Amino acid sequence: MEASPVPERRRFINWFLGTSLGALVMSVLYPIARYVSPPHIPEAGTAQVDAGATDDADFREKGFKIVRFGADPVIVVRAAENDYRAFSATCTHLDCIVGYQKERNRLWCNCHGGAYDLTGRNIAGPPPRPLAVLKVNLVPKSEGTSTIVVSKA
Amino acid sequence: MTAIQWLDDRLGLRALRELVSHKTVPMHRYSVFYYLGGMTLFFFLVQVCTGVLLMLYYRPSAEEAFESIEFLVTTVPFGWLVRSIHAWSANLMVFFAILHLVSVYFLKSYRAPRELTWVSGVLLLFLILAFGFSGYLLPWNQLSFFATKVGTDIAGVVPVAGEWMLRFLRGGDRVTSATLSRFYGWHVAILPAITTVLLFVHLLLVQTKGMSVPETVEDEARRRPPMKFFPHFALRDLSGWIFALGVLAALAAMLPWELGEKADPFAPAYANIRPEWYYVFMFQTLKLVPGGEVLGVEYEAIPILLFSLGGGLLMLVPFLDRKRSRGWGIAGVAGLAFVVAMTCWGYASLVPLYIVFLTALLLAVFAWITK
Repeated sequence: MEASPVPERRRFINWFLGTSLGALVMSVLYPIARYVSPPHIPEAGTAQVDAGATDDADFREKGFKIVRFGADPVIVVRAAENDYRAFSATCTHLDCIVGYQKERNRLWCNCHGGAYDLTGRNIAGPPPRPLAVLKVNLVPKSEGTSTIVVSKA
Repeated sequence: MTAIQWLDDRLGLRALRELVSHKTVPMHRYSVFYYLGGMTLFFFLVQVCTGVLLMLYYRPSAEEAFESIEFLVTTVPFGWLVRSIHAWSANLMVFFAILHLVSVYFLKSYRAPRELTWVSGVLLLFLILAFGFSGYLLPWNQLSFFATKVGTDIAGVVPVAGEWMLRFLRGGDRVTSATLSRFYGWHVAILPAITTVLLFVHLLLVQTKGMSVPETVEDEARRRPPMKFFPHFALRDLSGWIFALGVLAALAAMLPWELGEKADPFAPAYANIRPEWYYVFMFQTLKLVPGGEVLGVEYEAIPILLFSLGGGLLMLVPFLDRKRSRGWGIAGVAGLAFVVAMTCWGYASLVPLYIVFLTALLLAVFAWITK
């Protein structure tokens, strides 16, 4: 049977309209997809911070202190006299902030019960990885006290 | 096929299809005006979509609002586009809502049994103006700050209830961050909620009562076969919408909406400051009224009360125009002439008049295309 020219033309027009509509939809969806993805805002890099003095009341009462390391929290723990340790305070499980349990001598995350020892190793609960360790330097300040300087390991 | 069948059994799509297949649109020389409401609806939908997107980055406080929009238009990909489309579409929505109202008014489509369609439509127009007024403050720039100061002060001039209204609108005695929070709440929650309900009522009434045929073209509408809503009228609607989307994108790209300077409550208003075009006729009228008071009422309260009265009258037109007298047509022309003339005066330019002519020309072209 001979194909009549009308369906041929109809097919062309359908194809033409279909692709135009597709292009229109894409040209609306593309900017929206880009728009909803938040832009990356560069942060100033931080190499080291001053975490205060060793005779800080926080260490005497709770045995730890959380300081800002750029935009991230860092936990500084007093393990013993003149033994201060610093770790990333962000739990490797699901992003909560860990604390220090003085009486059990461990870092503890209240959210899901993750525990780390004082080398940052994950020892109990759900955390999959150890906490990142930061370097601590004690700079003598005056009689018996020092300034705690935390820097990237 | 079975999937469609499955959905059909559960959603009753067949009934809907049946309903749509019976819907027709009368054909006569004024049929082009049937597209205006749909066009307004399109711009409203654009406002909803772009408004939701803007909420992702906007921060409603005097300290952060301006900065958040600055960030939006300079750093967020296509942020400038979303904001510009929102601003342009807002203006076009107001424009088409007014055009829709004017056409319905002069064709007397508000006649029984469509009085409530008219009343809900006028209320929707007022809501759109409230959207415009509340949205205007949100960028917290110089223009928005003074517009809000003046606009809320106008409410304060009203006798008796004025002071309460002013404090209610501002969230305090002055235009501050508290006002911004309030306006934001109105703009993104309260007004959209009321509008959604009213819009639903308006559209439902249009569907149940069908399109009104103006008395002067009843013969023509009887002679000519009506157009099926689906697909013929709906496709024409859709073409118009796609065209409108193109116009919006072009306007946003070529004439991006300015952000201006951050509001400073301790800086003088800049030269030639004036409100959005749809408030200019009232703004110009208020500029002409001298200071003074009569019987304890300030002079400036008189035009404000008259405008409020005009708004109330507009809503009641279907109930007042019982005898279908020519008087209402003449009053409409006079009112429209006043608004256009005052707007031209306010801008010290004839451009508003040209826009009126251009709109008439565009409608004629669209009427010819969709015939």
